[in-house]
Amino acid sequence: MSGILLLEQSLNGLQFGLMLFLLAAGLTLVFGIMDMINLAHGSLYMLGAYLMATLAQATGSFLVALPLAIVATGILGVLLEMSLLRKLYQRDHLAQVLATFALILIANEVVRMIWGAQPMMLATPAVLSGPVDLLPGLSYPSYRLLVIGVGLAVAALLYWLVTRTRTGMLVRAGASNREMATAMGVNIKRLFTIVFGIGAMLCALAGALLGPLLAVQVGMGEEILILAFVVIVIGGIGSIRGALVGALLVGMVDTIGRAFLPALFREFLPPQYAAGLGPGLASILIYLLMALVLFWKPQGLFPARG
Amino acid sequence: MKTGSKLAGIALALMLTTPGQAADKVKVGLVSTLSGPAGALGVDMRDGFNLALKHMGGKLGGLATEIIASDDQFNPDTGKQIVDRFVKRDRVDFVTGIIYSNILLAAAPTAFESKTPYVSANAGPSQYAGKGCSPYFVSAAWQNDAFHEAAGQHATSRGIKDVYLMAPNYPAGQDALTGFKRFYKGKINTEAYVKLGQLDFAAELAQMRAAKPEAVYVFFPGGMGINFIKQFVAAGLSKDIMLLLPGFSADQDIIPAVGEPMLGLMSTAHWALDLDNAENKRFVADFETDYKRIPSVYAAQGYDTALLIDAAVRAVKGKVEDRDAVMKALKSVKAKSVHGPYRINNNGYPVQNYYLRVVGKDAKGRIVNKTIGTIFTNQADAYAKECALK
Repeated sequence: MSGILLLEQSLNGLQFGLMLFLLAAGLTLVFGIMDMINLAHGSLYMLGAYLMATLAQATGSFLVALPLAIVATGILGVLLEMSLLRKLYQRDHLAQVLATFALILIANEVVRMIWGAQPMMLATPAVLSGPVDLLPGLSYPSYRLLVIGVGLAVAALLYWLVTRTRTGMLVRAGASNREMATAMGVNIKRLFTIVFGIGAMLCALAGALLGPLLAVQVGMGEEILILAFVVIVIGGIGSIRGALVGALLVGMVDTIGRAFLPALFREFLPPQYAAGLGPGLASILIYLLMALVLFWKPQGLFPARG
Repeated sequence: MKTGSKLAGIALALMLTTPGQAADKVKVGLVSTLSGPAGALGVDMRDGFNLALKHMGGKLGGLATEIIASDDQFNPDTGKQIVDRFVKRDRVDFVTGIIYSNILLAAAPTAFESKTPYVSANAGPSQYAGKGCSPYFVSAAWQNDAFHEAAGQHATSRGIKDVYLMAPNYPAGQDALTGFKRFYKGKINTEAYVKLGQLDFAAELAQMRAAKPEAVYVFFPGGMGINFIKQFVAAGLSKDIMLLLPGFSADQDIIPAVGEPMLGLMSTAHWALDLDNAENKRFVADFETDYKRIPSVYAAQGYDTALLIDAAVRAVKGKVEDRDAVMKALKSVKAKSVHGPYRINNNGYPVQNYYLRVVGKDAKGRIVNKTIGTIFTNQADAYAKECALK
């Protein structure tokens, strides 16, 4: 196993982890602060990707479409929060799960009606479609480097927002003790709307950036939502730091597992068994990781509530 | 509920009393993957089938035809339920259309048990070619190994010595690599499988770069193929490693999405856009007029499937309820096709030619496949001799 291979796989893990973080950050804040289980978070990711693909086609520019798609999804998120989700805060988790699951079904059908059942094409910007030579013997796709760069920048921005600004202070107060924050005169209603809007924008960013790497399609949100939930359970609900660490852990474990486990099994098993066992085990590794974390730290790695 | 089941009982009784006579119409149940990244294949196949039907005035074998189309949503359970509905409620005369072998293996037994002819327009798993062959299965396309056998032969004749193999981990993926290895004589660098439907290949491409093979052979249908080739090029691997493909990963469902990087890639298939026969010329021209896109190999298969059913219904003079006669006709008629003459073997799979194609630009500057050679002539699959059917 060469250093270059290890470096390339780490970059892949980092890229995947950072995208998971964008989704998990919004999810963990909504869950941690509002105590609201929002299964429709993945639908916002899907809507963000579809809006991005449509706007990129309409404007012909990735860079112009990106902010538009993010803002549009943010507005959608805010409208959703003010019209429907607000009524669910007082209900128990079961009602929230049922209502937001219904939202998933509605969103999928609406997208199917508007955009059709076929996936949409979202191309990487032409300048970023080729590789960059990072080291001799390692050329890495330039688009994936951009994704890593944007992911790191957003993580830093969120860190600054949460730890250094007044809104961030309110968010942290809300996450650690909601009743007390309300009692101290925090306008919790407005805070929730802001947090939900930010979560929706992060979803759109993830959807827009991952669109060219995956496929913009109906149901794309559900698969990644499961991983986002694993991330926030590992990281600790309500904690941005936990979401970042959890997302990077899951991204790394998934990539390393997919890359090296099948190769490892091929060393001592016939290919047809290795073929089944390697990818199979690789895909349950992250759930194994979650189970271990839950066993040793039931609150997650960085619990937000004291 | 109760009234409903009573009514259903009455309806069933009425149906049973219908006397046996030559049917005045043909019912075809078409179940295919019509949505998601895996779905472009099914849509092309269906459109090809419908175009053939249009060319025949909406009739199969001279009889009015009803097509019941349903989306299996890339899910074997859904596929099975649909075929169940086709044979029990709709009482179709033919079932066709399944693209993915894992779905076919789940769904086709229902058709076989009810003695409903299954005419495959795509999936051709090895499981139904050898010992497990069924008297109610016929394919107008190919056995799964076929394109890959041709690709293996192509790699051998080019003198390629070191190949990295990769395919999705499902029946057709395993058939693909088995087929390739049957005719490829060089060294196998690595044989890797990924989850069916995976769209991000970053981890696999890094492994590939480290393994430094001379050539890579991958079988990725539909959206998987689009993403793999794009990411292969974006990772800079196309500079040092030759990419070999089966027809599935280098056809009109993939070429427009990938664009220029496709130029020069070679692939193997039983059909190509420029195959020189009258049916193909008409098919290609009319498909473009009707659907505003260039047909893919799946569209060609859909077209051929309709032609095969048409010829069989004609041969039994419209008596489609005599299932055994229909099967005999399906296996013995000389149906016209857009991929040239072929015949059906004892196991229901075709014996036909396979061609080498290269992606280039046509007279209008569009990126398309061109035939550059014939790899196999009248090639049968490797499993037919294990099949007990005569």
